Amino acid sequence: MAETLKIIVVGNGMVGHHFVEQLVTQQHPNINFDITVLAAESRLAYDRVHLSEYFTGKRADDLAMTSEATYDQWRVAFHLNSKVTQIDRAKQIVTTHNGDQYTFDKLILATGSYPFVPPIPGNEQSHCLVYRTIEDLQEIERCAKESRVGVVVGGGLLGLEAANALKEAGLKTHIVEFAPQLMGVQIDSAGGTLLRNKIESLGVEVHTSKATVAIEQGTNHRYRMNFKDGGHLETDLILFSAGIRPYDELADLTGLEKGERGGFAINNQCQTSDPNIYAIGECAAWNNFIFGLVAPGYQMAKITVQKLINPTSDEKFIGADMSTKLKLMGVEVGSIGDAHGNTAGSQSYTYENQPQGIYKKIVVNHDGTKLIGAVLVGDTSDYDSLLQYMLNGIDLPEHAESLILPNVNNGPVLGADALPDSATICSCHNVTKSDIVNTITAGSTELATVKSCTKASTGCGGCAALLKDVFDTAMENLGFEVKKDICEHFAYSRLELFNIVKIEKIETFEDLLQRHGHGLGCDICKPTVASILASLWNDYVLEKNKIPLQDTNDTYLANMQKDGSYSVVPRVPGGEITPDKLIVLGEVAKKYDLYTKITGGQRVDLFGARVDQLPSIWAELIDAGFETGHAYGKAVRTVKSCVGSTWCRYGVQDSVAMAIFIENRYKGIRAPHKIKFAVSGCTRECAEAQSKDIGVIATENGWNLYVCGNGGMRPRHAELFASDLNDDTLILYIDRILSFYINTADRLQRTSVWMENMEGGLDYLRQVVIDDHLGVCDELERQIAHVIANYQCEWKTTINDPEALKRFKPFVNSNETDSTIEFVRERGQIRPAIEKEKSIKQSPHLIPVIEAK
Amino acid sequence: MKNSETNYNIMNNSMMNTNQETWLSVCNKSDLVINSGVCALVDNHQVAIFGVQSDDLKIYAISNYDPIGKAHVLYRGIVGSINDEPVVASPLFKQHFSLTSGQCIEDDSSHVRTFKTRLVESDVQILI
Repeated sequence: MAETLKIIVVGNGMVGHHFVEQLVTQQHPNINFDITVLAAESRLAYDRVHLSEYFTGKRADDLAMTSEATYDQWRVAFHLNSKVTQIDRAKQIVTTHNGDQYTFDKLILATGSYPFVPPIPGNEQSHCLVYRTIEDLQEIERCAKESRVGVVVGGGLLGLEAANALKEAGLKTHIVEFAPQLMGVQIDSAGGTLLRNKIESLGVEVHTSKATVAIEQGTNHRYRMNFKDGGHLETDLILFSAGIRPYDELADLTGLEKGERGGFAINNQCQTSDPNIYAIGECAAWNNFIFGLVAPGYQMAKITVQKLINPTSDEKFIGADMSTKLKLMGVEVGSIGDAHGNTAGSQSYTYENQPQGIYKKIVVNHDGTKLIGAVLVGDTSDYDSLLQYMLNGIDLPEHAESLILPNVNNGPVLGADALPDSATICSCHNVTKSDIVNTITAGSTELATVKSCTKASTGCGGCAALLKDVFDTAMENLGFEVKKDICEHFAYSRLELFNIVKIEKIETFEDLLQRHGHGLGCDICKPTVASILASLWNDYVLEKNKIPLQDTNDTYLANMQKDGSYSVVPRVPGGEITPDKLIVLGEVAKKYDLYTKITGGQRVDLFGARVDQLPSIWAELIDAGFETGHAYGKAVRTVKSCVGSTWCRYGVQDSVAMAIFIENRYKGIRAPHKIKFAVSGCTRECAEAQSKDIGVIATENGWNLYVCGNGGMRPRHAELFASDLNDDTLILYIDRILSFYINTADRLQRTSVWMENMEGGLDYLRQVVIDDHLGVCDELERQIAHVIANYQCEWKTTINDPEALKRFKPFVNSNETDSTIEFVRERGQIRPAIEKEKSIKQSPHLIPVIEAK
Repeated sequence: MKNSETNYNIMNNSMMNTNQETWLSVCNKSDLVINSGVCALVDNHQVAIFGVQSDDLKIYAISNYDPIGKAHVLYRGIVGSINDEPVVASPLFKQHFSLTSGQCIEDDSSHVRTFKTRLVESDVQILI
């Protein structure tokens, strides 16, 4: 019996959310985590690192890191606008400001931090703001509209970001800093000077060594800031960004220990002085140190999750690398490790290029063998390499200065190959080089997949270039791209199989497997070969020896839905349908109680048919003159059309007639993937032909032919292949293009990807199809003519074939129907019952059907 | 076409009440669709039965319920092999289940029940 652990997470900033995500995705078989999030803000976690992008057009939704739906799906309860005000440690109960109480077994404090506002008289006025939350930004946006001049108090990392925000909002911007330089924590004074020059050249005025003593009413502007040195500055808006302070007042209220400079004091496993209470992120003080970056917070979250899953976990927080790379107002700044050279015996190398505004410094250890710190201003292209040198303790080259000198003599390059497997590539999510290589080895051969599997480069994004380098190198080393075998049973690509089948005139899968493959085949090669056989010979797909090759949709000539029922889509060529036929669709749907929906391809989809109902449904449809719509096949689907010149005031050609002609010509043709067409009657393009595999748009003089577009997951506009074609030429070109596609495309490759991978692209396709550059047009036309001539409505054949109809009987030993398919009614129609609505549960006796653990 | 369902009775009550394993006839060999599946209803439970022909005919029986897709559909999947292990691919989300062990290849925590099978004359029988 699994133990249930009640987890309360206080705060849903980036770190609090990361904790929840980690805990949910690392499910543990013996512990049920009952997670409740209490957040003081009015929305779930968003990306504070990229907050300033709010002023360059990103909205709250763009910054969101999750959604309420995701939390619902994770079964994580959350209460927004719920600030925790008390913790009863003895009873293990938290209380929110509105009096709600929640019990916990383990409490996770991720309350974050708030901006420090220096205690300057007058700092509470209406246009004195801070920069921390989306609400703050909305307030800044509102106040900026009533202001011409803005001052940021604080010249640290966040202050510069805030200054950028004010500048983006169109204000004359000043930065007022207490210290003698900008970004004093991260960079040295020489770097600070250069940074100041660059920022001032952008029109931002920088005032260093200034202590503000009062904020009074101004003369020309709303406020006047008086400085300790006697000077003053007038402004309409003041933004405080003078550091952060942990939200730790719960420590005082409950007697939890605090760090010297505040924050919940935590041990190496992120536990506070109460072992049932953890603190992570900017509210936590580890060794009296508060980490104001997201990566250490993520590490704390991870360590806490490990500890909850496995109480004996010995994963420890051991501090964090505070290296940073950022681009502020177009100025690149990087800081690595011991930037100030505080380590005893350390030495440094410096390169400064004033004309171009570049400053670079590296700090090395006493014997000059290891890199321990670096400062980069104006050019951070060396950041990734330098960081790897430091993090992995890689021996420095003989002339360490070559690492930062301009690349005049081809200085040493630290390629992905030179990195040890343990090298951290993404420090936000702690992803190493070996994590990436292992993910690729496990089958993720797309960069996007590697990113989503490992989360690399999904935090601050600073490692994107390095990640790509590591990915590309690993792919090359692993020899990818070379192998194009479709599966373990055939050492051939689809194209090679197509040619083998064609040349050897192979007519069955068994024959092909015996001659060129091994094993039993699988769900990849079988449908591929079935498609090739159909493309080449266009035999009846339900011939006995072809049944085992087909996906269920092809076997049952219908589309399987999530509950095992099927949908039925009769062909409606060009989307034109008579009232009588429309009534038949309605009558059939009503008789069999099918859910009815209009498709994007101008047809009607009827859902909820059981396997055993399909033949009688189709008998009625065929009786009324319908044909199968091939919605189930990798085949020609629909030809969408607008109403065209017959009715439309603007139409210049009869698009409906052309669409019907095209659909009837190519219906039923099997291809590597589905094929969609559209015909528009004029340039207004109401049929959206440019998003189709084959798009036809009427002109005054004929037809323009567009090819290789698609909608779907990765939309691509079709490209103009030829203009002002007459009817015969249009059809001739489509014949040849389709035939060439079927001959040469890879398995499940849409025309868009086929085109993208075609050497020579559109021009090459024109050469093949229009100029007959390869001398294959006769053969292409012959093939397509053969399949067109052999068209049959598969459903008509099926309902007249008693042997084929046997497949539609649900049970081989009973005439009962499948009682596990159940529906409930919604909006006047059926829909599949969800688990808890089903009357038939998995029966407990005799044959327990084992469910996923 | 042979009317098979009349020949093979669904289990009788006396069988249901014993804990003894019993061989039960579910169909005739000719009812199988070679290298694909059929489904038998056994005491209200669905059992997917596959006849796989390579050198000789092998018959496998597993629960028809796909624990990942949560629907009774496995007999409608494509039969194949992965590293010589006979498998069926769920028609819903394409996970592969071993026909010999019931183990899901892609998900260690999912598996389906399997049944011993035998051929008596042309009777296909499963052990329940």
